[in-house]
Amino acid sequence: MKTMRRNFLKIAAFAALGWGVRPASQLLASAGAEPSEGVLFASRHAVHAGPNSLKASRWAMVIDTTKLTEKIMEEVVHTCHSIHNVPEIPGKQNLKWIWEAHMDHLFLEDLHEFQPQAGAKSALALCNHCDNPPCVRVCPTKATFQREDGIVMMDFHRCIGCRYCMAGCPYGSRSFNFMDPRKHLGKTNPDFPTRTKGVVEKCEFCAERLAEGKMPACVEVSEGAMVFGDLSDPESEVRKLLAERFSIRRSPTLGTKPCVYYLV
Amino acid sequence: MLEKAISGTKVYWGWIAFLLLLMSVGAACYWQQLSHGLTITGMSRDVSWGFYIAQFTFLVGVAASAVMLVIPKYLHDYHKFAKILILGEFNAVAMVVLCLLFIVADLGSPQRLMNVLLHPTPNSILFWDMVVLNGYLLINILVGWVTLEAERKQIAPPKWIKFFIYLSIPWAVSIHTVTAFLYCGLPGRGYWLTAVLAARFLASAFAAGPAFLILVTYIAKIFTGFDPGKGVLSTLGKTVVYAMCVNLFLLLCEVFTVFYSQIPSHMAHLQYLFAGYHGHGVLVPWMWSSMIMAVIGILILLVPKNRERDNMLIIACLLIFIGAWIDKGLGMIGGGFVPNPLHEITEYVPTQLELGVSLGIYATGFLVLTILYKVAIGVKEEIE
Repeated sequence: MKTMRRNFLKIAAFAALGWGVRPASQLLASAGAEPSEGVLFASRHAVHAGPNSLKASRWAMVIDTTKLTEKIMEEVVHTCHSIHNVPEIPGKQNLKWIWEAHMDHLFLEDLHEFQPQAGAKSALALCNHCDNPPCVRVCPTKATFQREDGIVMMDFHRCIGCRYCMAGCPYGSRSFNFMDPRKHLGKTNPDFPTRTKGVVEKCEFCAERLAEGKMPACVEVSEGAMVFGDLSDPESEVRKLLAERFSIRRSPTLGTKPCVYYLV
Repeated sequence: MLEKAISGTKVYWGWIAFLLLLMSVGAACYWQQLSHGLTITGMSRDVSWGFYIAQFTFLVGVAASAVMLVIPKYLHDYHKFAKILILGEFNAVAMVVLCLLFIVADLGSPQRLMNVLLHPTPNSILFWDMVVLNGYLLINILVGWVTLEAERKQIAPPKWIKFFIYLSIPWAVSIHTVTAFLYCGLPGRGYWLTAVLAARFLASAFAAGPAFLILVTYIAKIFTGFDPGKGVLSTLGKTVVYAMCVNLFLLLCEVFTVFYSQIPSHMAHLQYLFAGYHGHGVLVPWMWSSMIMAVIGILILLVPKNRERDNMLIIACLLIFIGAWIDKGLGMIGGGFVPNPLHEITEYVPTQLELGVSLGIYATGFLVLTILYKVAIGVKEEIE
């Protein structure tokens, strides 16, 4: 009896050790063909793409501030918010995925007061889908995560609403559902989930549309002012624009490597 | 030993009833928050953390202060502190309970709290904060209970407890360091992005924490006749004044770095807190009161004679405690979010419901503190 117990304990100890070691090999990044969230540390998720989906190794957006008009910006914001069921809540507990902001607020350190009069006074702000995203770094549950193609996503069902990502984001791109958003939605788009109170949300580069082979909604209605493409493909339209025109990014000195570029 | 907590005077039961009343007020307010969401608070898209997280930050410091008794007692054989050591440890227990309650109160989806354990994520400092806070709670319950039980039986505490006592020293430092790391590792939040933050947190903690201990010991003395021993509180007052001096020095280091470098994103927050920014300055009178209280407290306690006088010691400790509370419990979090990353200003003022929830949480913490102190002092009275 005693030996049996001892043997059992031995085997149990080895089993526990083995179980402990295997995941440890995947601590920094998950191995295998299908990368998924790391066992402990956050790592980049594989993109589950269908046959028609648009694919890239690094999605990026170029916004031509000279082409943005008040009308286009309004249309972009309205389209994004209506298809993504982002409610319009008045006051300071509002939600916004994409919004119009003053150029000197967007680019605090890059612009000066003697810019050409003709230059854009405002532009669109949205999640920068940073290559080195602080929000993913600080999230205690991996509810916000990054895909292999760079898109920073949200799992609305895992988010505990601690709002650490909102403190971490140096662009103010994240919104929190302080109240039940469904009560403030006029019309609901049944193709996109609505959210509950108590979770954080933000722009996801229209990952749900890319999966169906469609460009992000803002790009479609921007009349050419917003361009979306693969940053790692030298032949892509975004790369061509970046090669031709002078572009800036928001607060690049913070090391977040934002992937939304602004042509000025 | 818990039976000590169920027999007491009318004053004791009255106090317990009062705390339970406050707790039910808090529970009613929290019910509103659960039903309607965090919209009942003054928080906003721009100031996304408020009073709850600020209280948590401040109380972590008060919890860590037990180490200011443990170090002299166990590393320097300063046996005068032996008698109030248990008060420091049980105080740490109550304060960590408060911290945890404030974190849970701040969650938008508290029903998913366990996701932090289901999906442990070491790249998040919040994960480490959970580890160190719960660890510190367990260490202090264990050490406090085992040493008190040994004292009751009038035997020496078991040798293995020494390990946990020594462990509690770096652990106390860790809880406030990790709490500072929550903030000071965030890009784009100029007020917090400073290596001196953890050191400042510790310095203000080692001032406010022992000041609080001195005050509650006086309260225990009034109601139970508990005698901490001659010169104990005045010695602890020395810790308070030195720590507060270091805290002010570190603040001045910060002020110099920020204003001599003239980097706008770092200056803006201090300007907002102490002078107002573009016409917004709801915290300005608070911040200056905090500074004035800290300085007066220091000036009183720097004079050795004053530390010996009960009234002076109490007044100075009150000033330093409230000063540190304003600095961390109001300014530290609000100031970090104003102005926001786009340099826009949204001010934050807590709502009544938010303060109601906080009141209930504080009452819960004080209930834990009262019960633990009742047990500790009951045991001390029994063996005398």
